[in-house]
Amino acid sequence: MTNALVTKGKIINVALAGNPNAGKSTIFNALTGGRAHVGNWPGVTVEKKEGRFKYKEYEFLVTDLPGTYSLTAYSIDERIARDYVVKEKLNVVVSVTDSTNLERNLYLLVSFLELGVNSVLDLNMADILEQRKVRVNTKKMEELLGTPVVMTSATKKAGLNELKEMIIRSKDRKIQPLRIDYGKEIEGAIKRVKESLSGINSPYPVRFLSIKLLEGDIEIIKEVKELGYERSVEVAVHEGSRLEIGFGYDLETEIIERRYGFIESIIRQCVRRVPTIEEKLTVSDKIDGIVTNKWLGIPIFAFLLWATFQLTFVVGGIFADFIDAFFGWLAESSAIWLTSLNAPGWLSSLVGDGIISGVGAVFVFLPSIIILFAFLSFLEDVGYMSRAAFIMDKAMYAIGLPGKSFIPMILGFGCNVPAIMSTRTISSEKDRLLTILINPFISCSARLPVYVMFTGIFFKTNQGIVLFSLYTLGIAVAVFSAKLFKSTIPKLKGPVSPLVMELPPYRIPTLKGVSIHTWERGREFLKKAGTIIFAGVILIWVLASFPMSSEYASETTLIGLIGKFFVPLFRPAGFPFWQAAVALLFGIIAKEIVVGTFGTLFGGEGALSASLLKYFTPLSAYSFMVMSLLYIPCIAAIGVIYRETNSWKWATFITVYSLVIGWVMATAVYQLGSLFI
Amino acid sequence: MIPLIFGKSGEEFEVATIQGGKGFLKKLMEMGIYSGIRVRIVLNPGNGPIIIALSDTRIALGKGMAAKIIVRKLS
Repeated sequence: MTNALVTKGKIINVALAGNPNAGKSTIFNALTGGRAHVGNWPGVTVEKKEGRFKYKEYEFLVTDLPGTYSLTAYSIDERIARDYVVKEKLNVVVSVTDSTNLERNLYLLVSFLELGVNSVLDLNMADILEQRKVRVNTKKMEELLGTPVVMTSATKKAGLNELKEMIIRSKDRKIQPLRIDYGKEIEGAIKRVKESLSGINSPYPVRFLSIKLLEGDIEIIKEVKELGYERSVEVAVHEGSRLEIGFGYDLETEIIERRYGFIESIIRQCVRRVPTIEEKLTVSDKIDGIVTNKWLGIPIFAFLLWATFQLTFVVGGIFADFIDAFFGWLAESSAIWLTSLNAPGWLSSLVGDGIISGVGAVFVFLPSIIILFAFLSFLEDVGYMSRAAFIMDKAMYAIGLPGKSFIPMILGFGCNVPAIMSTRTISSEKDRLLTILINPFISCSARLPVYVMFTGIFFKTNQGIVLFSLYTLGIAVAVFSAKLFKSTIPKLKGPVSPLVMELPPYRIPTLKGVSIHTWERGREFLKKAGTIIFAGVILIWVLASFPMSSEYASETTLIGLIGKFFVPLFRPAGFPFWQAAVALLFGIIAKEIVVGTFGTLFGGEGALSASLLKYFTPLSAYSFMVMSLLYIPCIAAIGVIYRETNSWKWATFITVYSLVIGWVMATAVYQLGSLFI
Repeated sequence: MIPLIFGKSGEEFEVATIQGGKGFLKKLMEMGIYSGIRVRIVLNPGNGPIIIALSDTRIALGKGMAAKIIVRKLS
């Protein structure tokens, strides 16, 4: 009986489209109750949010499209929105519109209508219109646009049922693409391009294709060429230059202006603005006056960062100690338990030394990551993050990155994994990739134990300076690498994308919103990074256990042999013994394991200091720390680089590059140092 | 007519023309900045990016971008 309900007609596929900050997410949450499935759009790492809800006898499937201004495919976001709308079987696209800036918001809707998409116009933030005594004649607007119009106020949960009703009513509407009159000359050009396209088999309406060709849309040009209509592209180029010479205007911008002209005429006919005294400076503007102030901006930003760090790593550290102790206890007691069951020794070693210790190493990061993400979500939901990018834009420009790249770099001091995940806010693919690639050089907190151990033994009197020098070296290598990659890797070349960014008004975030955000990200970290770490842990356990006749992680195991193999490599850097190589290898699981490995290999905490003093000199200790800082990112970081770039190529590249640069720097330190000491 | 970057906080302008490459121009236009539209400088701290208002929307613009938008001052 329930099966009968799930017939085809009872499921409605809806996509939400709209400008950034038009209130799309609020509508999404209000409709679905905040329950969303978050994944990635296929092939790219832009977040895809899907949710579902029931209303009357219908099941609604809602997809939140990325916030875009148009359907001209210059950014991944816009390409995704367009492809999805054209290629998926959608019933309705709801165009969520900020009623306080209708001109620009309707531009996107008009693009959908020209594409012939069955749309519902949702005039959101209607409460603000009411406050300002602005009246909208929705009937007239429906007539002129040929599309249903609903007014909502998502924050006040008003108009949502009307929206649902409207979606149901218009789900099977057959519509004709909207025809905007572009004027005699341009219409002539459209006609000629259209003729050249006759017979084309494309999901887009032919008129839409023609206009996009005249607009010089790269993706459409590519698609048309692939369908064998190269000539149409030539016709469009020819028409463009003919109009430019003949009438002295630029066709591409002329088309956009005509579209705005159409929108303005609709607004004139449907919106009555009762003149009110315009409030010049809003509260948001006043906050911006302080927060982005020339003198106060950076100190405020620095304070917020400092507070975030303190809370993340102090509070996170408390939990981490508990988790650490718990997994230590679990590893031990499981070993005892397995032995009591007469399980083979290798099994209790796999469970204790391998799986539990390894997975524990991931869980230890979880509290810090959750707290960090809670803070970031909070700052983002308040609206501060875009202001931070604004403040840092100038300084970051100097190293060839946009202001938005600064946040991930700072977060890297805590942990590179969430830092790399936070690059998702950078819209330019090129800038984002570069930000990801240099992030591992920012010294994360997991590397600190290594420095603490060595400086405590070898640099007792100037521990602080040595620590500072290492952090600075990390930053210097990151900046150097940014410049190097930018000038050598073709994909990263080109000017920094200039700053054009909408600043959302400040808002008081909801606990629910922040928790949803935080949990979505934390869960993803656990799931994906967890599987990669899990596999890595088992691999290393296998290497450290075989042959079985040898003691775990001793000289004669596979890992000992591999360690020995690398000894000559580390000779120029000043630490030519297998334990150092093994420690570095284990450090790939998580950097702090370097310390633990030395502990195991040199026979426990007590003997450690004496042994290290025997093997290392202050100089080679320093070069070893340089190596620990720079060489290969930990497995979790490599995993997240793979996931965020969607390619093993970049993950491999940065692994090899960092190994080379780590070795070169360590060797340079040791060799140059040897000359002076 | 002056480049927008020379405007002071609180001043209102009408966009006259936008210079620069087509991609740049189209992006600005699609964000709602095109000739004839009224903008107000909310904040110009000097020597860096500025914040402008397009009715209720606030947009941060890099220094270079703001230099390419030519505006007419409204009194």
